Amino acid sequence: MGEQPGSLVRTLDALRAYRLIAGMWLRASMAYRTSFWITAVGNAVTSALDFVVIAIMFLHTTALGGWTLPQVAFLYGTSGLTLGLADLLVGSLDQLGQRVRDGSVDVVLVRPAAALAQLGADRFALRRAGRVVQSGLILGWALSRLPIDWTAGRLLVLLVLVVCGTVIFGSVFVAGAAFQFFATDAAEVQNSVTYGGATMLQYPPTIYARDLVRGVVFGVPLAFVNWLPALYVLGLPDTLGLPGWFRFASPLVALAFATAAGLLWRAALRSYRSTGS
Amino acid sequence: MSPTMSRTVAEARPPDPEPPDPDPGRRRHELRSASRLYTAVARGSFRRYATYRAATWAGTFTNTVFGFFIAYTYRALWEIRPHLGGYDLSAALTYVWLGQALLMPVAAMGGGVQDDLEARIVSGDIAVDLYRPVDQQGWWLASDLGRAAYHLLSRGVLPLLVGGLCFHLRMPSGGLAEEVLTWSCFLLSLLLGITVSFMIRYMTALTGFWLLDPRGMRQVALVLGMFCSGFLLPLTLFPSGLATLFQRLPWAGMVQIPEDVFLQRRTGGSLLSGLALQLAWVLVLVLAGRLVQRAAAAKVVVQGG
Repeated sequence: MGEQPGSLVRTLDALRAYRLIAGMWLRASMAYRTSFWITAVGNAVTSALDFVVIAIMFLHTTALGGWTLPQVAFLYGTSGLTLGLADLLVGSLDQLGQRVRDGSVDVVLVRPAAALAQLGADRFALRRAGRVVQSGLILGWALSRLPIDWTAGRLLVLLVLVVCGTVIFGSVFVAGAAFQFFATDAAEVQNSVTYGGATMLQYPPTIYARDLVRGVVFGVPLAFVNWLPALYVLGLPDTLGLPGWFRFASPLVALAFATAAGLLWRAALRSYRSTGS
Repeated sequence: MSPTMSRTVAEARPPDPEPPDPDPGRRRHELRSASRLYTAVARGSFRRYATYRAATWAGTFTNTVFGFFIAYTYRALWEIRPHLGGYDLSAALTYVWLGQALLMPVAAMGGGVQDDLEARIVSGDIAVDLYRPVDQQGWWLASDLGRAAYHLLSRGVLPLLVGGLCFHLRMPSGGLAEEVLTWSCFLLSLLLGITVSFMIRYMTALTGFWLLDPRGMRQVALVLGMFCSGFLLPLTLFPSGLATLFQRLPWAGMVQIPEDVFLQRRTGGSLLSGLALQLAWVLVLVLAGRLVQRAAAAKVVVQGG
């Protein structure tokens, strides 16, 4: 990110630290294998509940906001997949407030490894892959049902969607963690953006108030996770009246949002004061 | 959380254990001191949750945000099917916002007492609790009711107000007498619902005595609590076989029945039968809870040393 020499080395070091810590937690969780499987399956089932709601709604209608069940399932699958991947990779950051309160962030800061890598890998929980797998299955079902004319462009946009969506949600986790340095008790606010945002993205943008949609295009840019790329992949008209190139802007938005989250994280870390306990 | 907890425990502890005595005057005195004790526990629990103000605001904010998102999905569905499941659009939107208001008080996603009890079972502190000359179930119920009262005031009222400002919600109507009756029956139904929820969470936590890791059971309880309570969707929208079944299970008492009482979909006979169903489940679950509790206590082995 920075211009100083050695920033590449530092990034590689951070990734290595992340890998080692995550690996350690992985081994630890595998010591209780039954518990791991129960919680992983439980995670998938809990996340599937949202799809059950959608399915029940479609018992009573053939379209919601003008979108059919497979189209909504596409939104559901991509929303859950990207949130699930971000949660798997850096979801532990949402416990930062707790660590600030009990003073254990100090321990992280004296270790010779990037704080973000350490905290992101902290308590790495593979059980969160439950949501990823479950959403992936729904996405697969949706793709098998949708009459998509697969071109190289569509396939590329779908792959970019998964990567950029994960980066955008991951940035929300990082920005939320930065916020928790100041408001240690307010971890739940970020739930409204992560889990709440993912819930919102499961449904077509056409059902929401215009101002709300504008807010997630120009404010917290969640619309770029799946709504806008989905318009292109599914070949749907844009009823939101946004510029056409917005459908392909996810990488730009993801980069900008990740940079902003990174700067926020640095500022927060720099202003961190230990509780002293 | 534990420092506040231990303070609460210390405050609420009775002066000294008294041996049982058949003398009626004595028994009345005992009853009075017991009710004082449980009130103190509930009050302490209320205060304990009230300590975390930022957490409360953050949670209320999240409930409100979710309320908006879900309200829009309901609106989209009810605009296509205006009287789906027996709810009109305004009743359906009220269902959403009231559901968000009830989520924390009835702890449909688990938590409250469950967190404390699980932690104490895993750490072994529960052995100290079993020493205390109080009834465990009563103690934890009092504590959970205190929590629920706080969550109702803090995380219940605000989302409902915001929802009421932004959407057309249906409040109890039909003249003063009717409104007073509806509100009081709603509160009674809610109290029963919280008790049912408490009993389920209590027994779920107690499985920790056998399973050692209560997380799996907790997940199961969470899925059932979200799905069968009507929190996600009114149960009348489910396929008819499931709908009939779920409406008779204890979870319906956590969200569906209080909602229907509030929306005046249950009046007269069906109001009574709804409350009776809740009461019946409370009795069954309290009894079951006692059995589980006795079996669990018999299983405790305290390592001396």
